[in-house]
Amino acid sequence: MTESIYAKKIRPSDMILLGLVLLSAFISVAILVGIIVYVAFRGVGAINWQFLSTVQSALNGTFGIIGNIVNTLYIIVITLIIATPIGIGSAVYLTEYAKRGRIVRIIEFTTETLAGIPSIIYGLFGMVFFGTSLKLGFSILCGSLTLTIMVLPTIIRTTQEALKSVPESYRSGALGIGATKWYMIRTIILPSAMPGIITGVILSIGRIVGESAALLFTAGSAYLLPKSLFSHIFTPGGTLTIQLYLSMAKADYTNAFGIALVLLIIVLGINALAKFMAGKLSKN
Amino acid sequence: MDNTNVVTAKRTVASNNAEGEKKMSFSIKGGNKAKNITELIMEIIFIVCAFVAVAAVLAISAYMIFSGAPALMEVGIVDMLFNPVWAPTASTSSFGIAYIVLTSIIGTAFAILIGVPVAVLTAVFISEVASKPVAAVVKPAVELLAGIPSVVYGLMGLLMINPLMYKLELAIFEGSETHQFTGGANMAAAVLVLAVMILPTVINVSLTSLRAVPVSMRQASLALGATPVQTIFRVTLPAARSGVITAIVLGVGRAIGEAMAILLVAGNAVNAPLPFNSVRFLTTGIVSEMSYSSGLHRQALFTIGLVLFVFIMIINIIINKLLEGGAEND
Repeated sequence: MTESIYAKKIRPSDMILLGLVLLSAFISVAILVGIIVYVAFRGVGAINWQFLSTVQSALNGTFGIIGNIVNTLYIIVITLIIATPIGIGSAVYLTEYAKRGRIVRIIEFTTETLAGIPSIIYGLFGMVFFGTSLKLGFSILCGSLTLTIMVLPTIIRTTQEALKSVPESYRSGALGIGATKWYMIRTIILPSAMPGIITGVILSIGRIVGESAALLFTAGSAYLLPKSLFSHIFTPGGTLTIQLYLSMAKADYTNAFGIALVLLIIVLGINALAKFMAGKLSKN
Repeated sequence: MDNTNVVTAKRTVASNNAEGEKKMSFSIKGGNKAKNITELIMEIIFIVCAFVAVAAVLAISAYMIFSGAPALMEVGIVDMLFNPVWAPTASTSSFGIAYIVLTSIIGTAFAILIGVPVAVLTAVFISEVASKPVAAVVKPAVELLAGIPSVVYGLMGLLMINPLMYKLELAIFEGSETHQFTGGANMAAAVLVLAVMILPTVINVSLTSLRAVPVSMRQASLALGATPVQTIFRVTLPAARSGVITAIVLGVGRAIGEAMAILLVAGNAVNAPLPFNSVRFLTTGIVSEMSYSSGLHRQALFTIGLVLFVFIMIINIIINKLLEGGAEND
């Protein structure tokens, strides 16, 4: 009867729920650590200079991924050359020009929709539209065009966020001293939003590096080095992820883990870079 | 650029003067035609850019329907969607995708069932339980999980989950003569991989909505004598409900559309979606046969793509409605 209200009552249900919360957080982190440690452990043996600097050769029985690295770079560069201006343009229209209304709602809905479409559907669409209808076949250009649509929402959304964070006073200031709208966007708004835009581009690079299903039927799986700088974009080219899948399907696990480790290092680097840029943005 | 504008402006004024005597004075209000044209051109360019997304969605929808519908018409809707026998290359070919569709639905459902509790509780941990430095470690870890390429998940599933499943399979079906042994590449393994893959999506979106719950609600609950844990589960989580639901629907979209991670893990034979059967999902069905298919077989694969696309569009519309509802509540 003399229970003090100061005595701390421990509720068993609280402890159980708290335990579940801690367990869940532990599982999430453990999965990440597990993947990184396991891939590093199994993959580090495969990585040597030959692995990184040569092309696989059935004749010599050697394996290397330089061709795939070059293809990945090609696809990143071409995709971004096309997607970045379109994405920025779209974001500028949505934040600086458009008035809230039906058209903006439609554009935003379709952008959201693009973000939700799985990469295998992009692969199918790219194959029939860019590959068959536009006669690009299996080529790096076909893959890049497919990925352009895929990363567009990422670039649009991050650019929009960056543009919205530019203070309204910059706009009224620029317009007040007589700048035209485009002049204001070109000299004030876009430079102020640049860190945010670059973050979006870096995130897109991450998506491109990790993409596989959308590239399998569009960019193909070739692994040779380019014969000429420009015409290479009309030839098939498999990225690192495609090569990883092919090695995995052939049960060549040592090399598969080698590629997986290279991919993880790239992804870690990209994440760190994006974090750094975002930090810079918030400082401004 | 500005100098040229000024020059052209002067020229325009000059030519205007030469043309008619009525336009004599230079007004600060109008006039600069070259600048106005640049403005107009840039606005048009921006509008065109903005409509690329709309055009892309329309083109994708049109192409998916035009490539997926022919086989559906030729085989017949009922014969295709409700027939479990998939034998596209047999002498009397059969294009039933019922098992494939069911596998995707049931696989996604179980992945959600396993993944969502872990994800939501992890979000609770980051936003409500963890101290700042701990949260500063866990949150980037989750973001990193989202960045890992899906083929790497596939590789992990193939070499870590499949052997475990095989042991389980051997233990459960020991001495069974009817069971087809899969070597661990089965439905259950694929579901586990999918459950892991939806974690980052669900965690991040739930986290955003948990953090949006006003501090005053938590303070009120604590002041009324509720314990911190009661506050989380009775006040904060219910308040963040709409965001958590959106997160779950996004997770469904992610799980149903994933291909490369489960391609080799699921075993890839068309079977009834039971945990220890080797199964084929909508996504893996397309990837595994596209390279050697032709004719009606290829068209049937596009029909599978169309079914997947319809699911995705339904999910997108639901998300859109949820987000609109959320915006109204704010």
